[in-house]
Amino acid sequence: MTWVISGFTVAAISHVRDIGLGAGQTLSGTTKNHMKILVPIKRVIDYNVKIRVKSDGSGVDLANVKMSMNPFCEIAVEEAVRIKERGDSTEVVAVSIGGAKSQDTLRTALAMGADRAILVKTDETVEPLAVAKVLKAVVENEKPDLIILGKQAIDDDSNQTGQMLAGLLDVPQGTFASKVELDGDSVKVTREVDGGLETVALTKPAVITTDLRLNEPRYASLPNIMKAKKKPIDEMTPETLGVDIAPRLKVLSVEEPKAREAGIRVDDVATLVDKLKNEAGVL
Amino acid sequence: MAVLLLAEHDNKDLAPTTAKALTAARAFGGDVNILVAGQACQAVADEAAKLDGVGKVLLADAPQLAHQLAEDMTATILPLMANYTVLLAPATTTGKNVLPRVAALLDVGQISDIVEVKSPDTFVRPIYAGNALETVQTSDKIVVATVRTTAFAATGEGGSANVETVGAGDEVPSSSFVGAEITESERPELTAARVVISGGRGMESGENFEKLIAPVADRLGAAIGASRAAVDSGYMPNDYQVGQTGKVVAPELYVAVGISGAIQHLAGMKDSKVIVAINKDAEAPIIQVADYALVGDLFEVLPELNDELKKAGYGD
Repeated sequence: MTWVISGFTVAAISHVRDIGLGAGQTLSGTTKNHMKILVPIKRVIDYNVKIRVKSDGSGVDLANVKMSMNPFCEIAVEEAVRIKERGDSTEVVAVSIGGAKSQDTLRTALAMGADRAILVKTDETVEPLAVAKVLKAVVENEKPDLIILGKQAIDDDSNQTGQMLAGLLDVPQGTFASKVELDGDSVKVTREVDGGLETVALTKPAVITTDLRLNEPRYASLPNIMKAKKKPIDEMTPETLGVDIAPRLKVLSVEEPKAREAGIRVDDVATLVDKLKNEAGVL
Repeated sequence: MAVLLLAEHDNKDLAPTTAKALTAARAFGGDVNILVAGQACQAVADEAAKLDGVGKVLLADAPQLAHQLAEDMTATILPLMANYTVLLAPATTTGKNVLPRVAALLDVGQISDIVEVKSPDTFVRPIYAGNALETVQTSDKIVVATVRTTAFAATGEGGSANVETVGAGDEVPSSSFVGAEITESERPELTAARVVISGGRGMESGENFEKLIAPVADRLGAAIGASRAAVDSGYMPNDYQVGQTGKVVAPELYVAVGISGAIQHLAGMKDSKVIVAINKDAEAPIIQVADYALVGDLFEVLPELNDELKKAGYGD
């Protein structure tokens, strides 16, 4: 049953594509089971790169540094694609806000299984509030049922965008998700909280932000990378969306944290306990 | 200037992170009020009123605030912000969940995880998992910030503020609480403990945490933590995770056992006063940040440590 519906839906999408339906036009109403997921993603310094603070204190050196999709965003793309593969979603749309190079990140999302992508092009610094406002404009065009995004980006570590977007849209939020279960018009989200786990039920449309244990993102296969090159990426700008992205923060300086002084090697447990007690005074 | 600080609590007790965030709140130099929002949480408000330097405590007590869901919290906090120019919360999962939603609806940015208040509009915060510290100045009319509480000493007691009841916002039906699995533990809370002992992938199983780490932790009155690898392997629940995406801790003594010291883990504990690493790999990154490193097999070292502490009279 699910397979048949899902097959029908996919056919419907390709049919509509054939007649050239572009971004901004949704398939709402064309299929009974339509469910669109929007996945906002960010291009950041690769997870494995050791960052270098510029000597003039103006920021972190981004020149000639490997860039990748933010790991939490990968988890968001993976979750959306899995929901689609289960037959619970009909379309996954990736969106990124940034310079021309963010196209590469969107291609990665397309290779992982997103159907199409939107690049909101800007070379300015975009703070989380501005990102949320841009995304709100995209949501108003796309009318997704779910928005799944990473809980934070590993560059600025803000952990704000999803919550801000949910607030601006006046929709519920399920942050730090380790499990997402769709149930008709609602979605159950299990959240990683300080005391353990908490589960909330949200009415769609809803915003979900991903935590680490939600899933393990796939690597895109070569055929899928090739296929992704043919998938459409629409371009727009904050200006065409009518969004003011002027920053609210001025970065006065960026410094390296104080390094810890080198410690010592102890040979046995007795020495360790003695040092902790008599030298460090912490026992 | 008036500062509103959101209290961290579970409807029964005020969490120690509140007193630490209060120290950041007082650094603004204005009147500080604490908001306790929850259900049947009068005792929490009374506790907050005893903290030093609190002008008054606002108590919002309503059924829809029982689990402090972001939607209902936001509806309660927003109208109060007519009277404040600063909104702060400890950077806990509650603070991180609620504050950005409020900030967006106030049309202001949020400054996450502040570790220093340089002036009422200028703050220091970690970026890149703590590998850099940025100093930022905001131009927003209202400052909304979460506080990395390990960076601030707790404000003591000695106050006697009034507790004033405020109304809760209208219930938001689009989000509802289903259930929770909250870890019950006799041990101190991870972010407030004086001593933390964490295990990593080297522990090989959850049973080994219980068999080898728990006895040592009990002797020292320590909290138990885990690396992301140990949590991902299913040895320990998620709320034990220390690191960039787990809890940030800064105890007097941090003992890392069988933890290699990935950058994300170091981000969560490198501000500890004294760090001990027990690891069989002398080249592990954790060895580089440790004050005392013991290279050896944890399955031998931990029982020895337990015996040695027993001999020295700990925990008996």
